[in-house]
Amino acid sequence: MIPAAFDYVRADSAEAAIGLVAEHGDEAKLLAGGMSLIPLMKLRLATPAVIVDIGRVRDLSYVRDAGDHLAIGALTRHRDLETSDVLARDCGVLRAVAAQVGDNQVRHRGTIGGSVAHGDPASDLPAALVALDATFVVRGPGGERTVAATDFFRGFLETALGPDELLCEIRVPKSGPNGYAYEKFNRRAQDWAIVGALAARVGGTTRVALVNMGPVPLRAAAVEEALAAGGSVPDAAALAAEGTEPPHDLNASPEYREHLARVLVRRALEAL
Amino acid sequence: MSILGTRVLRAEDARLLTTGGTFIDGLALPDALHVAFVRSPVAHARIESVDTTAARSRPGVVAVLTAGDVDLPPEPRSHRRVPDAMERPRIARDVVRFVGEVVAVVVAGSRAQAADAAEAVVVEYDPLPAVVDPEAARRDEVLLFPDAGTNVAFSMPSRAGDDFFAGCEVVVEQRIVNQRVAPCPLEVRAAAARWDGRRLTQWACTQNPHGTRAGLAAALGLDTGAVRVVTPDVGGGFGAKHGTYPEEVIVAWLARRLARPVRWVETRGESMCALGHGRAQVQVARLGGTRDGRLLAYRLEVLQDVGAYPSGATLLPYMTRMMASGVYDIPAVDVDVVDVVTNTTPVEAYRGAGRPEATAALERVVDRFAAEIGLDPAEVRRRNLVAPDRFPFTTPTKATYDSGAYEAALDRVLEAAGYPRLRAEQAARRDRGDTRQLGIGLSMYVEITNPGGEPEYGSVEVRADGTAVARTGTSAHGQGHDTAFAMIVSAATGIPFEAIEVRHGDTDDVPRGHGTGGSRSLQAGGSAISGAVDLLIERARERAAELLEANPGDVVIDPGRGVFHVAGTPALARSWAELARPGPLAAEYDFEPPGATFPFGAHLAVVEVDTETGRVELVRHVACDDAGTVLNPLLFDGQVHGGIAQGAAQALFEEFVYDADGNPRTANLADYAFPSAAELPSFERVPMETPTPLNPLGAKGVGEAGTIGATPAVHNAVVDALAHLGVRHVDMPCTPEHVWLALRSAAPPPARAGE
Amino acid sequence: MTVNGTAHDHDVEPRTLLVQYLREACGLTGTKVGCDTSSCGACTVLVDGESVKSCTMFAAQADGASVTTIEGLADGDRWHPVQQAFHEHHGLQCGYCTAGMVMAAVSLLDEVPEPTERDVRLGLEGNLCRCTGYHNIVKAVLAAAETMRAAR
Repeated sequence: MIPAAFDYVRADSAEAAIGLVAEHGDEAKLLAGGMSLIPLMKLRLATPAVIVDIGRVRDLSYVRDAGDHLAIGALTRHRDLETSDVLARDCGVLRAVAAQVGDNQVRHRGTIGGSVAHGDPASDLPAALVALDATFVVRGPGGERTVAATDFFRGFLETALGPDELLCEIRVPKSGPNGYAYEKFNRRAQDWAIVGALAARVGGTTRVALVNMGPVPLRAAAVEEALAAGGSVPDAAALAAEGTEPPHDLNASPEYREHLARVLVRRALEAL
Repeated sequence: MSILGTRVLRAEDARLLTTGGTFIDGLALPDALHVAFVRSPVAHARIESVDTTAARSRPGVVAVLTAGDVDLPPEPRSHRRVPDAMERPRIARDVVRFVGEVVAVVVAGSRAQAADAAEAVVVEYDPLPAVVDPEAARRDEVLLFPDAGTNVAFSMPSRAGDDFFAGCEVVVEQRIVNQRVAPCPLEVRAAAARWDGRRLTQWACTQNPHGTRAGLAAALGLDTGAVRVVTPDVGGGFGAKHGTYPEEVIVAWLARRLARPVRWVETRGESMCALGHGRAQVQVARLGGTRDGRLLAYRLEVLQDVGAYPSGATLLPYMTRMMASGVYDIPAVDVDVVDVVTNTTPVEAYRGAGRPEATAALERVVDRFAAEIGLDPAEVRRRNLVAPDRFPFTTPTKATYDSGAYEAALDRVLEAAGYPRLRAEQAARRDRGDTRQLGIGLSMYVEITNPGGEPEYGSVEVRADGTAVARTGTSAHGQGHDTAFAMIVSAATGIPFEAIEVRHGDTDDVPRGHGTGGSRSLQAGGSAISGAVDLLIERARERAAELLEANPGDVVIDPGRGVFHVAGTPALARSWAELARPGPLAAEYDFEPPGATFPFGAHLAVVEVDTETGRVELVRHVACDDAGTVLNPLLFDGQVHGGIAQGAAQALFEEFVYDADGNPRTANLADYAFPSAAELPSFERVPMETPTPLNPLGAKGVGEAGTIGATPAVHNAVVDALAHLGVRHVDMPCTPEHVWLALRSAAPPPARAGE
Repeated sequence: MTVNGTAHDHDVEPRTLLVQYLREACGLTGTKVGCDTSSCGACTVLVDGESVKSCTMFAAQADGASVTTIEGLADGDRWHPVQQAFHEHHGLQCGYCTAGMVMAAVSLLDEVPEPTERDVRLGLEGNLCRCTGYHNIVKAVLAAAETMRAAR
């Protein structure tokens, strides 16, 4: 319940945060909303020596129409996503998925960037961003670079983000207000998904992403290909578990997860 | 009009809603040192060494102690037949037997310092093989206590002969795992203690302050008079806070040894492993009868997993045995009980304590019997109920039921639920082959409250200003005793409800008591208050007679006005304040119950089961719980609602899980998933009151009833939803995966004609 | 930070959680700790008007914020409609989850002023109660919504 002791520094800007992380090296950890990090610290599963609090970096909290895409500041809270008029018009799917994250209290503090940077395959938003082929804008001491969502998630809680880098912006295509369905299967409303299946129409193609079916958020490539080739929804959905490596935990065996993935993908596609 | 039986709002609420009340962790105790425990991370191991050097040098550390430093006797045995070798030391000495067992204790200036130092204690363990499954433990291949020569802690053998089921046309059998659950009161355990050189004051998070006083006094070698236990607000107990835990004894010992006030509060992670667990029985139920639905013989084998040390759970199967045949008139009943130790958290009482296990087994197997003979489960139940003219009714397991109207309860629930319509809806969904199938589950129960038959203390005192104080030996942790007992006093005396203060939980203020457990508080504690009020009124009448210069026999009380007057001359009256002015006006009373009481009821659960994913949703729960005369329907309903939620949660959500090595996998509230509001419906309560003749209030206990009725109703509903698909049983909790597995392994249904 | 309208200024260790700060530094023990995994919601308070779990926020993060706890919810002797409704509908038993439950409900009704029963149940998904079965909590929140609607 009581985290190990650490030093606390607050960054007022993205540049300051990058500078502080560079200064403290591996011992430092960025704190955004804290919804993933603080619980780990309370159980002493994470014991950073320095916390760099970026919660006050106000200029990283926005949802903007950037012409051909939407730009979302990494420190935009789930609550701001689920109530965003811009998203309602141009990316309804992200708004709806954000509303499924955690509980109200989590959505009041948690940020999209924190969720992405944590890289938990059981999280809702990373899978949605993978489905949307989002792009992540990352800044470090050497400047700015962009990473495709599909390249960003490398392994369980492992991302392409360098230890000295800060995720600043998430860019998503305009996919319209509708044309999506998210089937989140969990035991309690507040819990992580046992399995989640997201289907979305983006620019004339149907995208399907899976939550908690492997060490990273996944695209159900076989399903998408079958659909693109004109296959029926049931036939395509039957391929949902292909290429997945579902975990085994208290709630589900890998076999059961594979079954759920097929059912949930079919339901999501039928609801499109 | 009397306030008895009316919906009086709670006196307790104001402080809880505005300041959050006073729980132990919020007590102001200046200068108190903080205690943290070092606990075993392994299920079974020899302790090779405990190195406290590093911990002692941490900032703020006052003491780091291990078993050798603490001269406390082992816990008292839970039954004289439990082997001596199974005794539990307050701090593990040579061997640890479950994850969470106390190995060392740290005392420091702040909570954070204590936590940091606890982490710095280095313990070397030499692992021993662990046994987690009670059926494996029974084979005695891995022994927790080699000196005992067995893992069996206690047993009550069957008396049945080979011909037990002779005469039965049909015998069904079902193995049922009544899974281990964690009680999870929202407030974890906490304690604080102060030694003034002569006496111990202990703030205890307990259901039973006087029991804690006795437990602490015995452990510390003190007279009970040298121990004062104070129980402030307690955040739920559900049975698990009834005993006295090693940590509480150690906290008391530390206060005396260090001559400093000390305080302790555990984390949820600790609580999940060190607060007693519940249930944990493996049962085999066999039920025999005739093809036309008459039940003739019932045999139940109970294997009780008591955890690493035989504590409160040792005697839970006594209750299971006593209540085995439930509401049915079954001529032959036989129960076989074996208690075994395993490398898991000790099991204690948990809401119902042995009775839910009895009901869950019987009601599940009655459904199987009904399915076997092809009769509606409601009809099988109806044909075997104890008839209303048979009370008091003594069962083959020697329970004497005081009063009951079982068929009426069944009728009311079926009526309220719209049973025929539900069956029609179920049939329609089956015909359509819907993905969401409907399941209808019935259960009926009778349970025993104040099962130990303990007496209870009550007193009432009127102050010179006309207000009153009532004292009770029961102890509340959410039930609303302040409200209930003030109602009893107010109704009889006419003193306004708001002018009555109810006190409990301080053993210096209340001389004796048996606390709250077994749903006993109203029937025992309330009856004691009621008896004290009667005596008080007698004394007041005598005093009024003096003041009015009349014969006591001519003086009457007007409870509507709260005054005494001579019969026929109401205008000339004396108030309680006037009567109390000349000197103390008080009475105390010890209620000796002539016997336990037996509440009963019927529950009907409606679930929807997604046959593709296995997900179950409880959509309706209709409950008729009859616990005799209802004092306050608001409190009554609240107890039932909470009970239903806990009972349904066992059926659908909860299980405390260990891996094969005895590592807990559900030691927090993220993994141990008890439901939130989002997973439950509103409940439908059907009132019914059949008074007991055994106390002046006509009241039985209702605290555990909802839990007892709900689990099998919901469990049966899940199986019922899938019966047409060949499913005969689903292991609890009926999680999506369990349901899916049951569906996969079900025998394919016979093809229907014409298909 | 401002707590219930009063400025509080204490130097604390960086690892101090907001809930510990409120209870230990400010002496406001109405806010409770019920778990260590951010699951139970007993520690829910309002930070700048929104519900947060004060066990999942460092006190330092709330520096400069306006915090409301159960102790600051009533307007003098006049209870907030949610407090009043919890009393009238018996929405609490042991009272341990209550402060968090009430604060979560206040925040929910601010965001969803006219909720359905389903809205209330889902809106309280982050708060666990072991006593009431939620039946009366849900009733209380719906009743409070009605009172607040009528007062608007």
